[in-house]
Amino acid sequence: MDFTFTEEQLLFQESVRDFLFNEVTPERIRASWQSDTGREHLLWQQLTDLGLVGMTVPEEHGGLGMNEVDFILLAQECGYVALPEPLVHTALVAVPLLSDLGGELAAQWLPKIAAGQAKALVGLEQNLLVEDAHVADLLLLQRGDAIYALTPEQVSLRHNESVDPSRRLYGVDIPADAAPAVTGDIAVDLTGKTLNRGALGAAAQALGLAQRMVDMSVQYTGERQQFGKLIGSFQAVKHHMANVAVALEYAKAPVHRAAYSIAMDEVRAGRAVSHAKLVACAAANLAAKNSVQVHGAMGYPWEVDLHIFMKKAWALANTWGDAGYHKARVAQYIFSDEAQLGAVGTFS
Amino acid sequence: MDLAFTKEQRDFRQEIRTWLAANAPAQPLQSFDTEQGFQQHREWEAVLNEGRWGMVTWPEELGGRGCDLIEWLIFEEEYYRARAPLRVNQNGIFLLGPTLMEYGTPEQKARILPKMANGEEVWSQGWSEPNAGSDMAAIRSRAELVGDKYVINGQKTWSTRAVWADWCFGMFRTDPESERHHGLTFILVPLDTPGITVRPIPQLDGLPGFAEIFFDNVEVSVDNRLGDEGAGWRVAMATAGFERGLMLRSPARFQETARRLVELYRENSATADHDPAVKDAVIRAYLDAESYCLTTYQTACRLSQGGKIGAESSTNKIFWSELDQNMHATAMSILGARAELLPLAPDAVGVGSWLDGWLFAQSGPIYAGTNEIQRNIIAERMLGMPR
Repeated sequence: MDFTFTEEQLLFQESVRDFLFNEVTPERIRASWQSDTGREHLLWQQLTDLGLVGMTVPEEHGGLGMNEVDFILLAQECGYVALPEPLVHTALVAVPLLSDLGGELAAQWLPKIAAGQAKALVGLEQNLLVEDAHVADLLLLQRGDAIYALTPEQVSLRHNESVDPSRRLYGVDIPADAAPAVTGDIAVDLTGKTLNRGALGAAAQALGLAQRMVDMSVQYTGERQQFGKLIGSFQAVKHHMANVAVALEYAKAPVHRAAYSIAMDEVRAGRAVSHAKLVACAAANLAAKNSVQVHGAMGYPWEVDLHIFMKKAWALANTWGDAGYHKARVAQYIFSDEAQLGAVGTFS
Repeated sequence: MDLAFTKEQRDFRQEIRTWLAANAPAQPLQSFDTEQGFQQHREWEAVLNEGRWGMVTWPEELGGRGCDLIEWLIFEEEYYRARAPLRVNQNGIFLLGPTLMEYGTPEQKARILPKMANGEEVWSQGWSEPNAGSDMAAIRSRAELVGDKYVINGQKTWSTRAVWADWCFGMFRTDPESERHHGLTFILVPLDTPGITVRPIPQLDGLPGFAEIFFDNVEVSVDNRLGDEGAGWRVAMATAGFERGLMLRSPARFQETARRLVELYRENSATADHDPAVKDAVIRAYLDAESYCLTTYQTACRLSQGGKIGAESSTNKIFWSELDQNMHATAMSILGARAELLPLAPDAVGVGSWLDGWLFAQSGPIYAGTNEIQRNIIAERMLGMPR
């Protein structure tokens, strides 16, 4: 029983945190809102050079061959800066799906992805739209019990504007004569795994987003004075933040467990992910709500950075399975006869 | 990361499971807040101690097994799974015991710990006073050193288990000029000393689970001082650390409640869903109990590898106490009109022990530092917000 991260994993997290915090500033994110694609080639190249883009690509395809446990802390850091680039999507969703599809597809695309020369983005029916389809070189799209691997030229994209200008969302129409890459049970199985990985990525980012909003709120309430005192010294304000800290503290281990569960291909992976997604997104939503509150009127203007993080938290809660989807999955298990509940079920 | 138990850990689990199956009382004992129930629980402590299962984290020479935190969690899981009796001496074995090991003299350890371990001496706490509740540094009860004795005068209150306990431990003001957390001394007091009056206080269930203790020129040997004179605050803080909190309320307790809640919901599914919020609350109970378990294991693993516990441990008490309250509130909703009935009422069908649990859950956010105080601690020490 060892529920800790290695020294190397923690050190890498620290260096990635420093890099992202220095490079992906709110100013840079605001600048990206003004650009056509909202994405930056230079930043993607930097992320590639750091080894992040190819981290989960198998070694035989030019990556580092690492797993979900290795990447999970980094996904949290991506959330902390509200990274607009599809790094979590690449490492936790697209690359594992391509690896599972294997064969020609994997051999053709994974080396390019690891080298930062191509992006693959995944669209499941569970998600209404496809994130960042406009910068994809390859789209992996699920429809029913079929998964298609198509290039952007083969499909048509409909841009949908999000309240979060960092999120670029597209409806994708697949032509009727397109041939699927896989169908049937294999496709259904891969769809389930992909949804789990997407939900895991969202949960990890939610942890980072929640932490960022807490940090911003603590800083603001430690500077703002009213009634001749720092507002952060008022108990009503403190308790808003303490409530977020409690929710966040108890959401981390479930996310780490879900990462392990997926990496080990455990039978419980689905419900471990649902647990993680529910509690992490609840913590982030509470962080958003209480952070706006303690910012007072300063929580509301476009110019104040809080909404960069808040809107992303809101959106993540409803992607890769919303609360209803994940609760239903937990419910199906705990109200079944085979559920292992009580004091010895957690690790057995 | 490797979330599988080792062979040694699995063997340990099997050993305690087998022992409990053979030794745990088949029928629930009476409440330890009754005279007879208290005696039954005291006898159970002796049985546990005989099997060397009383305090598994204590060193072997003190009758323990030198278990680490993970083994402790395994022990607790099996203990709650077997529905073994609550620990009547929890103030002693979980709070004072570890503090004694840190601050006690060899003579004190030898004199006190064995009798604590076998239930011969049951301990109560003496922290709160009528005007020192959340503000514990406002303690006014005096202990004056006269020769080799302390002479104690004053009053303690809300002393859990004090009605039938043998000893109490607590803080007294030894320096009359001192203020706040200075000048306090940690003293152990035999409750049969002349000058002590214990007045039982019936709780919400009508039973005297705690008491007031009045001290009128009570003479206590200086040998019963724990730590240095004036160092009481520091000694007392050691009893409030994370590991103590973990021992007092380990995850297994809440996971078993969550399991029973799922069962209750399923047994009453025909009516429970009339309020659509109930199902959601049951799901939430399961998830939160799991979160508590996972987080505790992660912290325990980190600590056993030499990690330090930080201010984030103050989130612990809020989480479990609110979880416990929510779970029991949900059970009350499911039971509906039966919820208020005492278990032996003729129409109290299928009510189990939920009412007792519900009453007790009211105290969780209050005892061991109210949740308001805990939130202040989190905000100031964990998040660094201004005082």
